[in-house]
Amino acid sequence: MFYRLRALALAVLVIAFAVPALAGPFDDAIGKFTTDDFSDTEEAIGVVASSGNPLAYPIISALQDERLMFDGDSKKVYIKQTDGKAIDAATGAAVDSIPDGASSVRLNNRLRRSVEAALGGLTLLSPEVATRITAAQSVFKSHEETVLPTVEKALAKETDRTAKQALSEARAAILLFKSDASEVDKLEAVATIKGRGDQDALAMLSDAGSDQPPSVAKAAAAAISSIQSRLAMWSAVQNAWYGLSLGSVLLLAAIGLAITFGVMGVINMAHGEMVMLGAYTTFVVQEMIRTRLPGAFDYSLFIAVPLAFLVSGAVGVLIERSIIRFLYGRPLETLLATWGLSLVLQQAVRTIFGPTNREVGNPSWMSGAFELGQITITYNRLWILCFTLAVFAILLLMLRFTSLGLQMRAVTQNRRMAASMGIATSRVDALTFGLGSGIAGIAGVALSQIDNVSPNLGQSYIIDSFMVVVFGGVGNLWGTLVGAFSLGIANKFLEPVAGAVLGKIAILVLIILFIQKRPRGLFALKGRAVEA
Amino acid sequence: MTSHMLTRSLDRAATLFILIVATGGILIPLSNLLLPAGSPFQVPTYLVALWGKYVCYAVLALSIDLIWGYCGILSLGHGAFFALGGYAMGMYLMRQIGTRGVYGNPILPDFMVFLNYPRLPWYWNGFDMFWFAAIMVILVPGLLAFCFGWFAFRSRVTGVYLSIITQAMTYALLLGFFRNDFGFGGNNGLTDFKDILGFNVQAEGTRVALFALSCLALIIAFVICRAVVTSKLGKVLIAIRDAESRTRFIGYRVESYKLFVFTLSACMAGVAGALYVPQVGIINPSEFAPGNSIEAVIWVAVGGRGTLVGAALGAIVVNYAKTFFTSGVLAPYWLFMLGALFILVTLLLPKGIVGTFNSWWQPFKARQLAAAEASAAREDGVSEPKMAE
Repeated sequence: MFYRLRALALAVLVIAFAVPALAGPFDDAIGKFTTDDFSDTEEAIGVVASSGNPLAYPIISALQDERLMFDGDSKKVYIKQTDGKAIDAATGAAVDSIPDGASSVRLNNRLRRSVEAALGGLTLLSPEVATRITAAQSVFKSHEETVLPTVEKALAKETDRTAKQALSEARAAILLFKSDASEVDKLEAVATIKGRGDQDALAMLSDAGSDQPPSVAKAAAAAISSIQSRLAMWSAVQNAWYGLSLGSVLLLAAIGLAITFGVMGVINMAHGEMVMLGAYTTFVVQEMIRTRLPGAFDYSLFIAVPLAFLVSGAVGVLIERSIIRFLYGRPLETLLATWGLSLVLQQAVRTIFGPTNREVGNPSWMSGAFELGQITITYNRLWILCFTLAVFAILLLMLRFTSLGLQMRAVTQNRRMAASMGIATSRVDALTFGLGSGIAGIAGVALSQIDNVSPNLGQSYIIDSFMVVVFGGVGNLWGTLVGAFSLGIANKFLEPVAGAVLGKIAILVLIILFIQKRPRGLFALKGRAVEA
Repeated sequence: MTSHMLTRSLDRAATLFILIVATGGILIPLSNLLLPAGSPFQVPTYLVALWGKYVCYAVLALSIDLIWGYCGILSLGHGAFFALGGYAMGMYLMRQIGTRGVYGNPILPDFMVFLNYPRLPWYWNGFDMFWFAAIMVILVPGLLAFCFGWFAFRSRVTGVYLSIITQAMTYALLLGFFRNDFGFGGNNGLTDFKDILGFNVQAEGTRVALFALSCLALIIAFVICRAVVTSKLGKVLIAIRDAESRTRFIGYRVESYKLFVFTLSACMAGVAGALYVPQVGIINPSEFAPGNSIEAVIWVAVGGRGTLVGAALGAIVVNYAKTFFTSGVLAPYWLFMLGALFILVTLLLPKGIVGTFNSWWQPFKARQLAAAEASAAREDGVSEPKMAE
């Protein structure tokens, strides 16, 4: 009887002590967080992550942010939530306060990696597609072997195409690094990673080089060279895109100059300031809209473009009437006077708006970017390219099909003959100058979207614009187009080789040499007009 | 021959100019050194240094007037030659610092130690000797101008095209000198100079001597320019300025004339820069800024293009105004004034101060001469109309 009692008591005791153990590996693992030992913590992370317990995600993410607190005395673990409240990690029940003696579970770098991997694995099964994709991508980078079952489970029930792709890449990454994976699996993995074809894939394949079966190593090497050539192609495409983008900016800045310089032979050093005026017009329009009509912000540019054209155009006509018309036939003096004018305009803007950069916002339809293969294309650059081409086309049509355009071309080709035919050349001059300046103003609206709006905005473009016009040839809009895009693209292709500054110097030197060869530019006007 | 050239080149205005510069170059240093500090006639050292700077600018303006005023080449990149001369001098001054730099390296200047240069770049060799630096001051700008001009003039790049590519040239140099790996101190440039030829650059005596030297350089540059423009060569240059094609058709090699005068002018600008650097104590890439070169052109325009005296005068007047206005409450308006100066001078005063003065003075002088002759004749009693009585 006594023995039985003792046995019973022992059994009760055993059961009493065994209860936590019986409560499952999850609670067991939670207990391990309290030992303040790195290897215990790592074990705990693995168990918690694969437990399927709904608390697993909060626990691991708390651990990552050092919000997971343990109390060494009571062997309890708490999650301090971001809003300051606390819950018990084992039960999920809210607690009033974390004991004073509690401290956060410490991590080292190795642990941080496994925390990241575990988090990746946990979110693989998230109901959100975007979360699953991000998780798969992070697993791809960490290629943690422990997540493999989760990845396979997720892959089996995945329905979204992109997510499935990401998951299979993640699986391939794990298999490639798993030492006991079969050769067939590994070869398949190499093929999958090769299909991804970006910088990460390249890094992964080169990392996986050692201790692989020879066939796998060979496949990996082949994949590496194929990815490299593909990447080289993409980087060429990327440079071409950047070049087009730079070219469109140059074209926009130079197109107005091409008109004033081409038609009138006037060197307008204040051209950059017309661009600046356009940019400041955009700023003023946006400020008005911000204070009066915040809802219409997305349409601000549609108001700014015609307004900038009018502002800069009016200033241009004013300059032509008050200064430039007295200096016709004296190009060097025109150059000096317009330079002085640019100083005055800059200082005026500096006095009114202050010397610092002003904030000009992107409308929502111009912000953001999208991926095209391996390159990222931002919407504002794309819109500016389209806008530039549109401006160019409109200008071309205007010169071709309107009577003002006809008169302008007549004056460009032979001023005296045009005057004899009854064209009011001085009126055409004023309007041409206004048109060129107005287009500079429009360029300012576009440039305000990608550059700092400051009093020095125009100066940074003036030399480049002159280079474009001189390179392309005076009096020929197509020359300006070709000049702008070839300079832009050449610049961007030289940049990765020689660096940004040396690339620019090289371009300047090339243009200087080019002018020696063809002093009148790429598409020079032929005939008597040149000699006049 | 030489004396003949000199007497021919120096008319009365030129002699007067030389006398004024020489007097200034002697009297200002003397008053600074000999008179006691409190005396109303004593010129303080800071003013001497400031005027030394103006005199260097005057030399630069002379060099621009030589090509623009007499040959019609508007260079918007002459600041580049000025700065190159300055850098050559700066390199000499840097090497003179020796172990007194912050890092105490006997060979490498401070910025090279800072930027981890293993050894002196090859193009810094020789700059520890003054004679070598002095040759480079003339040679480097001259060589650049020769190469640039050889390409440009041979392919008949003229007018505004030339102006724009000279501007591109100085812009390219600006970008280059801003780079740390160019070996010229990046955007900080060269500064913290100690000695020149063993004399302390900060010392009063050195500053005064540098001022006197700058005046001497101005006189020499002026005499050279006068000699060039009054010679037969100068007549060809003026012909090129006024009718380039016609001069070519007559049979002159226009590009050789242009190349010669362009190179000469660049060498002068280099010397100006070399004298400028020890007086201001720093040379940095901002000297290459296209704006500086254009500003130098406006000095010439203000003073009077094609008059030489006017160029020097314009440089001094405009820079004095700049110092005066940028130091007071009017500072924010200086750029308005400078801009207005560009516009008004080109519109209303196309001949500049000296040119306008001449066009007013010469007829007056001629009338006076005629009147004097007439009265002299009257006293002689030769051609008196009274006779017919």
